[in-house]
Amino acid sequence: MISFEPNEDQRMMRDTVASFAINQVRPIARDADESCQIPDSIVQQAWELGLIQSAIPEEHGGYGGDRSAVTSALVCEELGYGDLSIALHVLAPRLVTYPVLELGSDEQKNEVLPAYCGDSFVAGTAALMEPAMGFDVNQLSVTASRQNGDYVLDGAKCYVPLGPDARHTVVYAAEDGETKAFLVGSDTPGLAVVEREKIMGIKGLATYELKLDNCKIPASARLEGDVKPIFNRSRIALASLAVGVARAAFEYARDYAKDRHAFGVPIAQKQAIAFMLAEMAIEIDATRLLAWEAAWKLDRGEDATRESCLAKNYAADMVLKVTDNAVQVLGGHGYIRDHMVELWLRNGRGFATFEGLALA
Amino acid sequence: MIDFEMSEDMKGMRDMINQVAEGTMRPISRQYDEEEHTDPVDWQKMMWDVSKGTSVFGGGPQDKKERSGNGSSKPSERNVGATVTIEELSWGDAGLYLSIPNPGLGGAAVSAAGTPDQKKRFLERFGSGEPKWAAMAITEPGFGSDSAAVATTAVRDGDHWVLNGTKIFCTSGHRALEKSEGFVVVWATVDKSAGRAGIKAFVVDHGTPGVTVTKVEDKLGIRCSDTAAIVLEDARIPLDNVLGDPEVKGPDKKGFKGAMATFDATRPAVAASAIGIGRAAVDFVRDELAKAGVEIHYDRPVMKQSALERDFMEMEANLQAARLLTWRAAWMMDRGMQNNLEASMCKSKAGLAVTQVTQKAVEILGPLGYSRKILLEKWMRDAKINDIFEGTQQINLLIVARRILDYSSKELN
Repeated sequence: MISFEPNEDQRMMRDTVASFAINQVRPIARDADESCQIPDSIVQQAWELGLIQSAIPEEHGGYGGDRSAVTSALVCEELGYGDLSIALHVLAPRLVTYPVLELGSDEQKNEVLPAYCGDSFVAGTAALMEPAMGFDVNQLSVTASRQNGDYVLDGAKCYVPLGPDARHTVVYAAEDGETKAFLVGSDTPGLAVVEREKIMGIKGLATYELKLDNCKIPASARLEGDVKPIFNRSRIALASLAVGVARAAFEYARDYAKDRHAFGVPIAQKQAIAFMLAEMAIEIDATRLLAWEAAWKLDRGEDATRESCLAKNYAADMVLKVTDNAVQVLGGHGYIRDHMVELWLRNGRGFATFEGLALA
Repeated sequence: MIDFEMSEDMKGMRDMINQVAEGTMRPISRQYDEEEHTDPVDWQKMMWDVSKGTSVFGGGPQDKKERSGNGSSKPSERNVGATVTIEELSWGDAGLYLSIPNPGLGGAAVSAAGTPDQKKRFLERFGSGEPKWAAMAITEPGFGSDSAAVATTAVRDGDHWVLNGTKIFCTSGHRALEKSEGFVVVWATVDKSAGRAGIKAFVVDHGTPGVTVTKVEDKLGIRCSDTAAIVLEDARIPLDNVLGDPEVKGPDKKGFKGAMATFDATRPAVAASAIGIGRAAVDFVRDELAKAGVEIHYDRPVMKQSALERDFMEMEANLQAARLLTWRAAWMMDRGMQNNLEASMCKSKAGLAVTQVTQKAVEILGPLGYSRKILLEKWMRDAKINDIFEGTQQINLLIVARRILDYSSKELN
């Protein structure tokens, strides 16, 4: 029966993360962007919320919770509302744990999952994106070829969060033209972190270019099964994070417009501004519901490719428009780094590019 | 629990209405677009017989008693159900949907603001006899969105109100007053100097002397629907035909405000109708693309998408976004929640989205899309009204803006 009401557990989870995002994350978001660094203390605090451990079964040391994409959509929105760089950093271990949980064998689960159930944050990551125009998750240029029973990975990856710090890297590569996931340990020969990337937004998050040069991994490193649901989880997470970023920018612009006077009245009382804000509010809600629906479909075990792609693409357009409008509402002040909106615009621009940076 | 699956009951209803739409509406769709001002009498009679004159609207917010007293533990889905019904009917044909004999907006106003006696006198007639319509007359030649500018007057004279003025753009006004034993709810002022507080809603019954339908408009779309101009010249109606409190002062939760509150129910209904038309267009384009061997790859990067793929996906996403916003607004009514903001959000989004979706569909289909041999161009014409009536897109944006900014209509206008 159609309903728009999160259940009790989801509300609790959302509220906990929301309060963390508002009280802990947002106050340091500007600093993280300027210094290109995220303090360990915030990462550790996020770890203690159990965002990573909760989905890991008790037998592997986790809390044995579910992996609901709907719940995750709620969480991602709140984290994105706090700060996108920090959100992507603290969620990064999921880039390993979720594919292992979804596609891994018992051996792989035993080998990998306990590492992510300790008392302190452990970095994990995935290498999906590639430094080329027209990058396509279904036609990767990094290849995995069989050689004497092992796999050999070759090619270049980019936007790999936390690269050198990651305990494991899930590398997506084309095996006979088909995208497959491979578990690669951090000290594997032939896997080289090139350098930290300098990018327009999400500057707090350390992302790296990776080179795979004759990188040999055993056949047992391959995660079996279809990677499509993983990609759909990524689209849902990104769509929800985008909703969070957009909501942050919208609220900031709304409050500013009520405060800032021109021609004797708050500029929010001018229709040119009020209508921009109204459209922003509508599009944010619309995108949230598209993301929820995609997540709901995925949770039912159905193919959510269409819904999650539509939601992610819609979100990428929406967040750019909303954050750009937020800068516009602030006028000249929006362009100054004293205000947050320019940061959200830079972060918002990324969603059209981002693939696979977070999982719901 | 967040859930997008319709209940089995609702699916059954949707499928049944879809059959009605496909089997009885689509075949006569073009005919009643070309033959404007002609009633599809047989079809209307059939719809009257099957619906027994019940409202197609969900009926608005439900009070606690209604919600708990429906004899089952299942929460009500009356309003969500209504949006599903309306989407299906409008997928069939939006002009025909608006021509179904029905208490319509006039009935909604009486339901929301009428006394038990008024409900009996005005609504009981919809349960039996010949097909009937009821309508709402707000707009005048001198104003549209600014509904506080009502110039039609109501003056008390003994046991009667005497109404004078001109109303235009009254949906089903002709059918309500002259083609059936229906009624029109007319907005008039009892005291111009009192502004909004002086505006009351009056039930003007068919056959009232001094009430004349002077024109039935020629329109861009929804041509089967009648859009009437009504002149009231010393029209005398009984004293107790006023909805709500006739006094100018004091809290008036029923009358004007009650009638305004019906918008919270009718805006999702209009949005649902828009979505039905939009879906008709998207379904048609999808089929034509499939016939032409064009496949839609949802998970391709932008660089590898064709412009056509991109356009089509945007149409689908916009339509679905509008639908989800509409379901939410209706769901809130079913749950007894205040949905003024969400009702305007969905109406604003759906009206614009479907206007754009149908225009893009005509463009994609090229010479075929522009041809009157198929229905696409008609859907584009039909769609546009949803961006206008029940509050233009801009008026709904204004309402959204007031809500999110916490401004009164005085502070933001």
